[in-house]
Amino acid sequence: MSINIDPKTRLDYRVIVDLIEHGSKVLDLGCGDGELLSLLIRYKSCKGTGIEIDEKAIYACIAKGLTVSHGDIDSGLNEYADKRFDYVILNESLQQMLNPQTAILEALRVGKKVVVGIPNFCHIQARIQIFFRGRVPVTKELPYEWYDTPNLRFFSLKDFKIFCKANSIKICNERAIDTVKEVSTFPNLFAHIGIFVLEK
Amino acid sequence: MAEQSFGIVETKFFTFAESPHEMTLKSGIKLGPITIAYETYGQLNADKSNAILIFHALTGDAHAAGMHKDAKKPGWWDGMIGPDKAFDTNKYFIISSNCLGSCKGSTGPASINPKTGKPYGLSFPVITIEDMVVAQHKLIQHLGIKQLLSVAGGSMGGLQALLWTIRYPDMVKSVIAVATNHRHTAQQIALHEVCRQAIMSDPDWQAGDYYGKAVPARGMALSRMIGHITYMSEKSMDEKFGRKLIGKEKLGYDFSTDFEVENYLKYRGDSFVQRFDANSYLYLTKALDYFDIADEGNLNTVFKNTKSHFLVVAFTSDWLYPAYQSKEFVKALKGGGLDVSYVEINTNYGHDAFLVEIEGQSHLVKHFLARMENEPPV
Repeated sequence: MSINIDPKTRLDYRVIVDLIEHGSKVLDLGCGDGELLSLLIRYKSCKGTGIEIDEKAIYACIAKGLTVSHGDIDSGLNEYADKRFDYVILNESLQQMLNPQTAILEALRVGKKVVVGIPNFCHIQARIQIFFRGRVPVTKELPYEWYDTPNLRFFSLKDFKIFCKANSIKICNERAIDTVKEVSTFPNLFAHIGIFVLEK
Repeated sequence: MAEQSFGIVETKFFTFAESPHEMTLKSGIKLGPITIAYETYGQLNADKSNAILIFHALTGDAHAAGMHKDAKKPGWWDGMIGPDKAFDTNKYFIISSNCLGSCKGSTGPASINPKTGKPYGLSFPVITIEDMVVAQHKLIQHLGIKQLLSVAGGSMGGLQALLWTIRYPDMVKSVIAVATNHRHTAQQIALHEVCRQAIMSDPDWQAGDYYGKAVPARGMALSRMIGHITYMSEKSMDEKFGRKLIGKEKLGYDFSTDFEVENYLKYRGDSFVQRFDANSYLYLTKALDYFDIADEGNLNTVFKNTKSHFLVVAFTSDWLYPAYQSKEFVKALKGGGLDVSYVEINTNYGHDAFLVEIEGQSHLVKHFLARMENEPPV
């Protein structure tokens, strides 16, 4: 990676900060406590704003001096004009959405590029659990039981690529990571998280 | 509490628009002289960059913080304004202005008309939120302030904050708009009309000419009872009063007061008679009902000259100024490329939340203002 971020920072954040150009206008959908936005402002001098549904997380964002809106991404982005942002980020949020397809297409409308970070539900550990234990997988990275998971969508890196192709979305860049490093060999098997840069 | 208070404060008065320089109101009618009551807390810094203008709600006054001498209760936003509070008087110079048309020290229908030597009554011209803002602008000029770090208010105060940034875009670095909207809706107008009718149908109202005689107490009290219902939520009322009886063990089977909620509303109504002027209430509710910022263009273009940063706060259980109405102008602001943070605080307190949900609001306001200090002037 070309930038020098504290190595204790979450790896997916480091990769995303690395992917985004200096000085970009960024919208982070599901920005959580604003950590990623803060990193983008600090290391890439981005102009950033976020949308987040959780009230506590919004308070954390405001405490970091960020500009954020409290709301539901599923209800749309119709206040924003086409290509208003250089980047729209959907990190760790797609799998919890009611209408992920609409969200991606809306993100691609208001953003010149979209960065999507998704968990890989077909990681080898998950596959082993399904195959040998005959159970829906619960792993360190996907720690939820079927009855308490916030996730609504279960898909793999491969599924996502097929989705992009079917929706004529161009993947300009893709990175895959496990818990400690980037994964280049068989990412759909060995990566916990896939990060894609999309364009339409 | 006491050690955090700003301490003893006094209301000050600023008079302008003396003859022949009367102020032309939005209606075209001229009014003067005009007095605006205001209070200040904290010190204006050397480059005059730390001033914040606070607006009160419908029946509020300039006394937002600290204590008046011999008073029992502090100002209406004392939890928010003071040393180390959200509007930190150690850092900021806070100006709280009573609005034009009020009866709390500023010129309004209860004031003496210098031409007749008698209270204006209904000869007072109908005023608008815009007229209030123009009058405050004169006050800010008088105080020698070129740019406000922030303008802030809830409910009617929020409307004023929005109009400030539209009318004086070069003077407003940031806007804090709480529990407010960009236009009064049919329901809000309807509720106000019921309140006005309650006053105007009281025989003591005398077409507004009741000064020196009996005030329209029954009408005012009824009006305030209706108002108070709209300031609370169904849930907060139920939590506070439930079906509790007052002063009796079982139902009276008559039309005396049975329930605690009835007693509460009556108490609120009666105390309102003591502290407010009926005509003033008519004028201020009218000003609110006339309010629609989009009447200067459509909502998406009305902020075109605005450069302010925004913090917009709404409350989940507020049904008088519901959160979706705040979102409407938030969308217009975002569409215009402005820097807007929007937060919906989860609360049962209804519209009153802006006066009581101090902790959440304090957190938001404190950090927002800290950021504003570092933003360049607009």
